[in-house]
Amino acid sequence: MRSYLDFEKPVAELEAKVEELRTMQESGNAVGIEEEIARLEAKAKQALAELYADLTPWQKTQVARHPQRPHCLDVIGTLVTDFMPFAGDRKFGEDEAIVGGFGRFRGESICVIGHEKGSSTESRLKHNFGMARPEGYRKAVRLMDMADRFDIPVLALVDTAGAYPGIGAEERGQAEAIARSTDACLSLSVANVAVILGEGGSGGAIAIATANRVLMLEHAIYSVISPEGAASILWRDTSKAQDAATNMKITAQDLVRFGVIDDIVGEPIGGAHRDPAAAIAATGDAIAAAFTGLKHLDRAALRRQRREKFLAIGRSIV
Amino acid sequence: MNWISNVVRPKIRSFLRREVPENLWIKCPETGQLVFYKDVEANQFVIPGSNYHMRIGAVARLKNLFDNSEYEDIPLPEVAVDPLKFRDERRYADRLKDARTKTNLDDAVKVGVGLLDGLRVTAAVQDFDFMGGSLGMAAAEAVIKGLETAARRGTPFIMFAASGGARMQEGILSLMQLPRTTVAVQELREARKPYIVVLTNPTTGGVTASYAMLGDVHIAEPGALVGFAGPRVIEQTIREKLPEGFQRAEYLKEHGMVDMVVHRHNLRATLAELCRILTKAPAVKSRATLPVPATAQA
Repeated sequence: MRSYLDFEKPVAELEAKVEELRTMQESGNAVGIEEEIARLEAKAKQALAELYADLTPWQKTQVARHPQRPHCLDVIGTLVTDFMPFAGDRKFGEDEAIVGGFGRFRGESICVIGHEKGSSTESRLKHNFGMARPEGYRKAVRLMDMADRFDIPVLALVDTAGAYPGIGAEERGQAEAIARSTDACLSLSVANVAVILGEGGSGGAIAIATANRVLMLEHAIYSVISPEGAASILWRDTSKAQDAATNMKITAQDLVRFGVIDDIVGEPIGGAHRDPAAAIAATGDAIAAAFTGLKHLDRAALRRQRREKFLAIGRSIV
Repeated sequence: MNWISNVVRPKIRSFLRREVPENLWIKCPETGQLVFYKDVEANQFVIPGSNYHMRIGAVARLKNLFDNSEYEDIPLPEVAVDPLKFRDERRYADRLKDARTKTNLDDAVKVGVGLLDGLRVTAAVQDFDFMGGSLGMAAAEAVIKGLETAARRGTPFIMFAASGGARMQEGILSLMQLPRTTVAVQELREARKPYIVVLTNPTTGGVTASYAMLGDVHIAEPGALVGFAGPRVIEQTIREKLPEGFQRAEYLKEHGMVDMVVHRHNLRATLAELCRILTKAPAVKSRATLPVPATAQA
């Protein structure tokens, strides 16, 4: 069952009509309606393409959070073979909001770290909706240290509303855990590539997204605070989330202009949730290209490139 | 709003600011007791009696730190102003203008180099009165400049943090200041010079999630609120009242996030001693340390 976003209503209606005609046709109650079906299908397809060619930042926010959007584990499941998930920070516990481990990407060893939001009520609870606690970031640091030692590149898959704001998380040093994780990214002497799959939410995202190359899916968002959070703080009115989304410049198209991300991964027409397989395949190609582009850099150069790249962000804006 | 309120009023306000509020009474946020502003100012902005540590301006903080209140004011890099052309209820450009008038600062961070008990140190101070000490491009460039200055001149670096977090009006560019300042922390680390963070009330959000939690030594002022998520956000998320003292300096020490909680009157002596020991400088008798009231002994 396909779930539609509010702004997809015109497409939903056309597709419902197509479905209805199909059922009629199959039950033999109507003859000679192939043409009508084809006409409506074409119309629906065009409406979808037009809609998605020009999404507002708020609409992109909704697409980025779409429950059927491919998540971290879907991407790992398709792109990473022989994946072996690791658990725990060796200090306090295991946080399943961040999954991580080692496997092979196109035949070569890779370390993967990513936020997993979950895809059913049960798995969402298990993964705490992708909102990590300090243990998640400390596990990330542990994996990055290992990858660095064994000279294995690191792939970060980012999809989080932000780090979890709770008593336990604060008690165990959420801020320090995030800071150390960013610090670990910047210390890597192996190539790292980050992909913003859906939501890149604030410190919880940058903690693993400080990479040599940062890619972003076409309709993903990346921001310092959620549009709702900004609306509540700056406008003191949560209903202003749409204005906040627009003003904060959170889309891939804006961020490539600011030099915050390096590349945009195109999504299938109608968004990644319409055709997850195609979206994941395109993501895989983009990841491979990004790593290939870093191949000529030795360990010292990789570290230098990452540092210089981040220091340069914003300096050329006038 | 018209040009009169935009241009003339801030000027009048800045003119009025220069007058010291001679007979102003201040209410202690903790006990409600009324005290003379002058007494508080003379006491390094610690309220006599209750020992409540008030916020302190960047310049006053630097003057309190360095020998004879003398220091070299480090020029800070210029940055793009309002890159997003951001507007919420008001334009960010106007908010910036107001903050500058109110504080006489260009942005939230000032950097100085001077002597601390005869030892050269670099210090940066975040001024909470400038848009909540928020971390945007200008503030981060200042922190980076401070760390780089310390690394190049081979001095310890002392960071007085005070911030509500990232400057949301600069959107994603404010988030990018987390890795950017971390790069500078790494440079100081490679220069093998001590990095001391003084966490003051309040320090939260993106600032704690980067340079403020990456010090070699973490000192907190008594009662300072320090954390990643603010108490209001946590309460809204978990729908529970937070325990007494949650995210306060003493709580952080108990939970292993800070090394010591130091009364402001003892801060200068503590910093001087730390810097000397960590840089293997010979001991000297510390000067210019105010006596600490008995109640403040930790």
